[in-house]
Amino acid sequence: MGGFFNEMFDEGGAKTRPHYRGFDRWLSDQPADIVARKRVEADLMFRRVGITFAVYGSEAGTERLIPFDIIPRIIPADEWATLQQGLRQRVQSLNLFVHDIYHEQNIVRAGVMPAEQVFRNAQYRPEMQGITVPSDIYAHIAGIDIVRAGAGEFYVLEDNLRVPSGVSYMLEDRKMMMRLFPELFARHKIAPVAHYPDLLLDMLRSIAPLGVDDPTVVLMTPGMYNSAYFEHAFLAQQMGIELVEGQDLFVDDGYVFMRTTRGPQRVDVIYRRIDDDFLDPLVFRADSSLGVPGLLSVYRAGRVALANAIGTGVADDKSIYPFVPDMIRFYLSEEPILNNVPTWQCRKKEDLQYTLDHLPQLVVKEVHGAGGYGMLVGPASTQAEIEDFRRRLIAKPDGYIAQPTLALSVCPTYVESGIAPRHIDLRPFVLSGKTVTMVPGGLTRVALKEGSLVVNSSQGGGTKDTWVLEG
Amino acid sequence: MLSRTADHLFWMARYTERAENTARMLDVNIQTQLLPQSVEAAEQSWRALLGISELLPAFDAKHGILSRQDVLDFMVCDPTNPSSIASCLTSARENARAVRGTLTTEVWETQNTTWLEMATLLKEGVLERDPSEFFEWVKHRSHLSRGVTIGTMLKDEAFYFIRLGTFLERADNTARLLDVKFHGTDGERLSANDTDFYHWAAVLRSVSAFETYRKTYRDVITPERIAELLVLRGEMPRSLMACMTEVVNNLARVRNDVSRETERFAGRLHAGLQFNSIDDIMRRGLHDYLTEFLEQVYELGNRVSRDFLVPLVA
Repeated sequence: MGGFFNEMFDEGGAKTRPHYRGFDRWLSDQPADIVARKRVEADLMFRRVGITFAVYGSEAGTERLIPFDIIPRIIPADEWATLQQGLRQRVQSLNLFVHDIYHEQNIVRAGVMPAEQVFRNAQYRPEMQGITVPSDIYAHIAGIDIVRAGAGEFYVLEDNLRVPSGVSYMLEDRKMMMRLFPELFARHKIAPVAHYPDLLLDMLRSIAPLGVDDPTVVLMTPGMYNSAYFEHAFLAQQMGIELVEGQDLFVDDGYVFMRTTRGPQRVDVIYRRIDDDFLDPLVFRADSSLGVPGLLSVYRAGRVALANAIGTGVADDKSIYPFVPDMIRFYLSEEPILNNVPTWQCRKKEDLQYTLDHLPQLVVKEVHGAGGYGMLVGPASTQAEIEDFRRRLIAKPDGYIAQPTLALSVCPTYVESGIAPRHIDLRPFVLSGKTVTMVPGGLTRVALKEGSLVVNSSQGGGTKDTWVLEG
Repeated sequence: MLSRTADHLFWMARYTERAENTARMLDVNIQTQLLPQSVEAAEQSWRALLGISELLPAFDAKHGILSRQDVLDFMVCDPTNPSSIASCLTSARENARAVRGTLTTEVWETQNTTWLEMATLLKEGVLERDPSEFFEWVKHRSHLSRGVTIGTMLKDEAFYFIRLGTFLERADNTARLLDVKFHGTDGERLSANDTDFYHWAAVLRSVSAFETYRKTYRDVITPERIAELLVLRGEMPRSLMACMTEVVNNLARVRNDVSRETERFAGRLHAGLQFNSIDDIMRRGLHDYLTEFLEQVYELGNRVSRDFLVPLVA
């Protein structure tokens, strides 16, 4: 696959990049049958442990494994240092932006952001206007999707500030690699990631309502049929906190309680893995049976903390995305460290025209879409698919944005025919409480189909262990 | 602990135990079919087996004539029969999956592997080839599940609710098994002739009590002693007495502000076993006695749900 930045080999494809040399040497020493056996072993272990995800739209209750590839994605220390700085800067600004939007709205007053972009956004929650949240932080857990393109520069593809998932795969992939190939970890200085649940719990405890010294933290899941249920259960177990569903919680006398075998117990912090819309049927969707009636009133009174806060979606929407570099300049008076992908906003007439004229070359995404559903990858689509999409775009231009098809970097990956380059991305997880923390690396997703640029697990993507080499 | 979590643990244990006891019952029926007997008697014993689990109407609605294979299919693989072994093991695994964070990795993996292997075994046609091999496997998985629970779980509430589920279910199942085996063969007659010897030996084997019986009584097998062994003998791990002792002990460990009445209820049931002699029970009629016992176990289950878990009816 020429023309793409290869994470492991240099431009000519002849020389291994310095940070991959140790691994490459090791790999070439491994007999093929041993590698094959280890790959089968990994598959069996993932299935036995039950690390599966549910697929929407297919037969109910189906569980699939996310394919795991044993060739790691390796990031040198200096590149990670830059990424980390950039991530910190970006997430800080996004949090400042959400706070601003729900308070003074300075960014709109200053004319940096058009008012209708914010206030007519479906993710804007008027209920949050003027509400104070602990430490003014809204996006406590952020998953920032990063890709590498062109000659190797990093771009932020998407900010996930609502309920980003995938961190359990980051942790399980590492555990699996250490189990399969312990010798690799003896030979390399690989930054550990296993303390993520500790950082997370620490952060969650730090956002407890004022005056609560020993807060009860719970993780709230929509239930076992949610695609990320494994992760919810996994994180709750790792942190030693209760995994609750809406039906386990109730509001009484201005506080949130959970139903236990010994009667009601007060809950102080809720790490919720359920969308805003389903949190409180009294305020949001009345048909939601997943939520807790009255939760929002307790939240507004500051008697329970939610992570992430309600209303963060206003900042990770794809129509807001093009403004993030300006946000960084506005709030921090700094130049953005991480690149944004050039974006055409189809709500603008001239951008729409450009998009319609160049559909076969562009990637077009729904403004509110996620999970790789409802998007068009121009170069990989048939004429009929493009025409079909054109009609949808014309019918609702403000529902879409377009971006150039990025030449995502590739990483050698095991496929049926042997080892071949496949496109990858990276999702680091950034935790914001009183301070901003993250574990080195993140989740690397890989598009297993040849030529495919869609890495989402729901679309046949796999994962790799991600190594940040310590210098 | 969350009430819902306790509920899942309780039912995980009940379904595992139920699958095991169904396997035991089916296996003993297959064994006794090997004895010389009339076609009517053979059919009668399958009907009794369905009756014990209150499944006759559901079976008759699906199948015209009763055949061994149909009963096995219905009681082992049929997903529409909530009491089939496949349904029970699936429910056990679903309940475990809902609270996998509360279980040790080993307990969860045992439940999950059982479920995965079951699908493979049934697909390979083990039921046609050698049903007893499959029932043996179900029993082993159930033993393993309990062993792994005892060997790896912290002795806290989660553990006690699992144990409560196990023994409440076993009390129910042993009582049903006894009832059908005595009632079905005119238990009041209490004969001990040659053919009956095999019948009673099979009953004992179905609850792994053949050797225990010999050791305990060192005498010929009589129905009366079997009843005593499986109802009143606390040393016998599947007896009603042993089950109720565990139920009472585990209930005391999870006691909360509203559970006193339920504890008293269980205590009365337990005391009834302690202070009755088998002669009293037989005089009254074993069937009568067991019917009342089953009703009370059912009521106890409801009370446990109401006091600690997710109430069956809201």
